[in-house]
Amino acid sequence: MVASEIRALFAVAARPEIVSLAGGTPYVAALPLDVVGDLVGDLVSAQGTTALQYCTAQGDAGLRERICDVMALESVEAHPDDVVVTVGSQQALDLLARIFIDPGDVVLAEAPSYVGALGAFAAYQADVIHVAMDDDGLIPEALEQAIAAVAASGRRAKFMYTVPNFHNPAGVTLAASRRHRILDICQRAGLLVVEDNPYGLLGFDGDPMRALRAEDPEGVVYLGTFSKTFAAGVRVGWAVAPPGIRDKLILAAESAVLCHSSFAQLTVREYLSSQPWREQIKDFRELYRERRDATIDALARLMPPGCTWTKPAGGFYVWLRMPDGIDAKAMLPRAISARVAYVPGTGFYADGSGGQFARLCYAFPPPDRIREGIRRLAGVVEGEIELRQDFAPGLPGGLGASGAAPRT
Amino acid sequence: MSGLDQVVILAGGLSPEREVSLRSGNRVRDELTKLDVDAVVLDADAALLTRLAAHRPTAVFPAIHGSCGEDGSIREVLDLLSVPYVGSAPSACRSAFDKPTAKSLVAAAGVATPASVTLPRETFHDLGASAVIELIVARLGLPLYVKPSRGGSSLGAGAVRREADLPAALLSCFAYGDTALIEQLIQGTEVAVGVVDLGSGAQALPPVEIVPGEAGYDYSARYTAGRTEFYVPARLPERATRAIAEAALTAHTVLGLRDLSRTDLMVDASGTAFFMESNVSPGMTETSTFPLALEASGHAFGDTCRRLLELVRSRGVS
Repeated sequence: MVASEIRALFAVAARPEIVSLAGGTPYVAALPLDVVGDLVGDLVSAQGTTALQYCTAQGDAGLRERICDVMALESVEAHPDDVVVTVGSQQALDLLARIFIDPGDVVLAEAPSYVGALGAFAAYQADVIHVAMDDDGLIPEALEQAIAAVAASGRRAKFMYTVPNFHNPAGVTLAASRRHRILDICQRAGLLVVEDNPYGLLGFDGDPMRALRAEDPEGVVYLGTFSKTFAAGVRVGWAVAPPGIRDKLILAAESAVLCHSSFAQLTVREYLSSQPWREQIKDFRELYRERRDATIDALARLMPPGCTWTKPAGGFYVWLRMPDGIDAKAMLPRAISARVAYVPGTGFYADGSGGQFARLCYAFPPPDRIREGIRRLAGVVEGEIELRQDFAPGLPGGLGASGAAPRT
Repeated sequence: MSGLDQVVILAGGLSPEREVSLRSGNRVRDELTKLDVDAVVLDADAALLTRLAAHRPTAVFPAIHGSCGEDGSIREVLDLLSVPYVGSAPSACRSAFDKPTAKSLVAAAGVATPASVTLPRETFHDLGASAVIELIVARLGLPLYVKPSRGGSSLGAGAVRREADLPAALLSCFAYGDTALIEQLIQGTEVAVGVVDLGSGAQALPPVEIVPGEAGYDYSARYTAGRTEFYVPARLPERATRAIAEAALTAHTVLGLRDLSRTDLMVDASGTAFFMESNVSPGMTETSTFPLALEASGHAFGDTCRRLLELVRSRGVS
């Protein structure tokens, strides 16, 4: 592992003294932990010979049935045979990259895009081309232009990766009015869509939106996870794919891990079978709505002029744009000194751009800590503005940290 | 057990060097454990005082880097608790941790140190950054090396070869501290010299020559195995080797340091050794120079840590 200043700073951010708005950490303390504890104990007592044994690479059949129940909330009509259980949806990203990507292959992804997906694609040396978003998510015209530009370069994208609901990190949602158009563009281009949907059931207003997969089962690979709706620590996610891709995913999973944890899968299966999981998701929604409100309110009251931010209707994240000239990555040490942490925007772009942005996650800290964290952050941004103003006249080619001289 | 009933290693803290400190602390603990010393690592957090009261350590080995660990504050607390510890007393830590102060003291003892200016960010704000930068370059020339006046691991530090790059370097510097130390850049051989006192007086360890890759000896180069080449002893003429050992011992003495320290120097083409800084809590990771120098001089790392703790136990509270 390469040591880096950013990693060193995040090592400090994990301390309780720091208000961390950085990691996308779900608030698992809201679960009925005693009930889950009993459930796990009963699982080992009653079904230990299965829970502690190998299983198939595709995953436990009973769990896959329950997964279909979960997806039905977003109008996905899938058969359990279509489902492949994975180690969180992150492993599904890795397996898809392994199946599809040869070095130099193009992958389209939103700008910005989920850092874990970019990492998975980079591991297989993909050429990620970002497609612009606005407050209504992916912009259809921008997608058309990106597809055309790739074609003009004599290449063809392997797939288009999207987080349509309550985007990580941007917080925006692909508008219903755009969904058919996006799918239509991809269909016409023969472009597979990878729909990553960790937050779809965590909307604060109304019923869950129809998944892209619900509209186009043959053209969309759907990725889901229990990390946000149950427990991130069980590391259970899944992929739903057309049969040809599904079979390759199973083989790739078998090659990677032989099979996934039976214990984790059966824990989730029993939780879904015996517990009021829909009610639990409602509880999570209310909890995160309160924290979203605290975040938006504090940002509006405290942040200096020039800052703008998205207003998520669900999920975990606010995407904060700093005033011109401010580099969120360069500012991070000062934020850590002030005991507040965020994720600089650069990690969400394959080309390292996005320095003016920061991702704030409101899922874990309680509202009073969120308010305190944003108070600290506002002070840091104000100090940074003053610093940049002092030094701006002498800075060549703008104010970014990229202007810093290499160390010798 | 050598009379070391319970040893506490302090590691972590809240500085950007936390990760490195934890690696240092865990390594010290592991080496002591191999020698049957009952050692635990404790963080410098709100639970520390309670835990120290519970553990009642025979001695403490501070391995916290950066502020709190090296500015003397945690050692003041250990003194308040009457707990003996390895290393320098708080007042000496304060002198060493503030690089401009250390440079002045060491220079007064006859050791060369790069010409420099020390300025807080307010000065640039109040007087106008451009005008102050012009004065700096007129006085010191180019190239320069900019670093926070306090702190370590090269965080916020960088070389400047063109005047136009100085504002950006200052911005990087002020991300890690409010005062900048701007020095003439000395080109030559970078060396780190450990000093250890195992009961018979301070002795300089063999100098470690540091040869980083093209990116320089930055944070990544310091703590990523294989990124930097080390030569022990440094590939220097005997006269220069003697000079840097004397410089490190002089720094250790005039700064009032105790038990162990590491002094960083640059040796230019003429063989002159320039003092850069001294560290009261040198890194103890697998890529750190102090343990390398110890091993090269025939001192096993774990044995040395245990010996220092035994001496501290005998010395008692300062």
